[in-house]
Amino acid sequence: MLENHAKLMRFFSEAKEVTGRKKLQKMVYILQSFGIPFEEKFQFHFYGPYSEELMLRVEELCNLGFIHEEKEVKSNYFQYHYTLTNEGTDFLNQFSVEMPNCLESIELLQGKSSRFLELVSTMLYFKDLPKDDVEAKVLAVKPKQKYSEEEMAEAWNLIGELAERLH
Amino acid sequence: MAYKDEQLQEEKVFKDPVHRYVHVRDRVIWDLIATPEFQRLRRIKQLGTTNITFHGAEHSRFNHSLGVYEIVRRIINNFQDRPHWNNDQRLLCMCAALLHDLGHGPFSHSFEKVFKLDHEYFTQAIILGDTFVNKVLERVSPGFAQEVADVIAKTHSNKLVVSLISSQIDADRMDYLQRDAYFTGVSYGHFDMERILRVMRPIEDQVVIKSSGMHAVEDYIMSRYQMYWQVYFHPVTRSAEVILTKILHRAKHLYEADYNFKLKPIHFLSFFTGDVSLEEYLKLDESIVHYYFQLWQEEDDKILSDLCERFMNRRLFKYVEFNPNKQISDLMRLMQLFKDAGIDPDYYLVVDSSSDLPYDFYRPGEEEERLPIHLLMPNGSLKELSRHSDIVESISGKKRTDHKLYFPKDFLQKIDDEKIVQEITGILYGKERE
Repeated sequence: MLENHAKLMRFFSEAKEVTGRKKLQKMVYILQSFGIPFEEKFQFHFYGPYSEELMLRVEELCNLGFIHEEKEVKSNYFQYHYTLTNEGTDFLNQFSVEMPNCLESIELLQGKSSRFLELVSTMLYFKDLPKDDVEAKVLAVKPKQKYSEEEMAEAWNLIGELAERLH
Repeated sequence: MAYKDEQLQEEKVFKDPVHRYVHVRDRVIWDLIATPEFQRLRRIKQLGTTNITFHGAEHSRFNHSLGVYEIVRRIINNFQDRPHWNNDQRLLCMCAALLHDLGHGPFSHSFEKVFKLDHEYFTQAIILGDTFVNKVLERVSPGFAQEVADVIAKTHSNKLVVSLISSQIDADRMDYLQRDAYFTGVSYGHFDMERILRVMRPIEDQVVIKSSGMHAVEDYIMSRYQMYWQVYFHPVTRSAEVILTKILHRAKHLYEADYNFKLKPIHFLSFFTGDVSLEEYLKLDESIVHYYFQLWQEEDDKILSDLCERFMNRRLFKYVEFNPNKQISDLMRLMQLFKDAGIDPDYYLVVDSSSDLPYDFYRPGEEEERLPIHLLMPNGSLKELSRHSDIVESISGKKRTDHKLYFPKDFLQKIDDEKIVQEITGILYGKERE
């Protein structure tokens, strides 16, 4: 009961600010893949794993005044920024929720581009396949992104690093 | 003739209240419909507990799956000879459309939440496992089952094919909106699908809408919006869903506490232990669930028997609007008062949020957040729908969400301590007791 909302608010509290819905989606998915208990259901979409449930919950948090959403007009699209409000902090103080410490991992992910996080989250989506097949599958489902071998290697490194930190 | 090309001697039709007729000519489609795994969908309602509110909503996943297949069949007929369309993908599209919901179980939303299941996992398992469906698909060609599974999982490399089955304006949504409107009897949910099908155009990696057809798409977006609030999020349906979820939680809890069930939950055991095999999953349909709920009304456990009696006899929880921002301390206090009155708040005091339900409405979103609906402009460029349509812009700009607090009002009338009753009703309804 409101536990899933509280978990997301804990995430926003640690992230301080999240820029971009795509980045938000991929960060939550990546953390969930490493066992952080977010309950939102993700499906594979055009731009990688995506959760409608997550987006709706974030909208609820915005409507409740727990999260502040700022819309920034870019050249031909909008970008959204999210921060926890004082009311959100007050709620978290009243409503205790158990979450593993993932502050360092969140900071690590925040430093990456949304394009790179799309690659990492897509690789994790196919994590049950053998390593070579994962790369082949990524190239097959994302031909337009033209991910390089270096990016793939960097993504594997990040996955390894997260696995060490979060397990 | 190769099995994949085999045609029935005569076209078969299914009479359908939404599309008038569902036409089948391909042997493969006919054989898939005849499999036990597909026939099982007759025993799973499309809208779960919605029939408790809208009594006509008894239609099944079987109806809907045939409907999606029929829409895709018509789209493909329109796509013949259009640029970017490869007719070799025809059978793949139709099989994926027919089988896209194959893994749904009874009341799947509640089951998935409580037992941490995923119907999409079971769709894949049925298509790729040792099943009749798999045998039919592999007869088409080795590896064909995997292709169908990939299209349904949206991980197939052909994005155009995927977008027919799953996108913001896909065959799945077009069928369920119309079908759910028809069977619930509501007047929303209708739009000119024939017109939309006529203005759909395949491009390299998605289906787009010719800009002259924008008004038909506006109607579709409006109906999606109205169905969302008027049918899918109906508070009475949500009350039934809350009770159903609590029954499953209670039964699982009792099993874990070694409770001695009068009716052993044999069909639920693997769900309780979290190790559900495909064979066990396929055995559980709505008739089985109702059988248990019927008999569990006679269990000694008061919570389980009460919840089952409520579900079977439509004695639902009442609700009040709830604002988690302003009323969180009220909620904490209510939980304590319920405990003091001997009512377990874990089962009888529930906050339900709009994000708890598996439906969405159209939002253009951010760049590369998710693929929006694109209009194909006369100069060949693509434009996101809400940038061109004032109606869609105004709907998609509204972010309406809500939260309700559910509780058994009848229990409050049985509490002996008048002070507790006064305080509970004061919090729930303001100062006066109803």
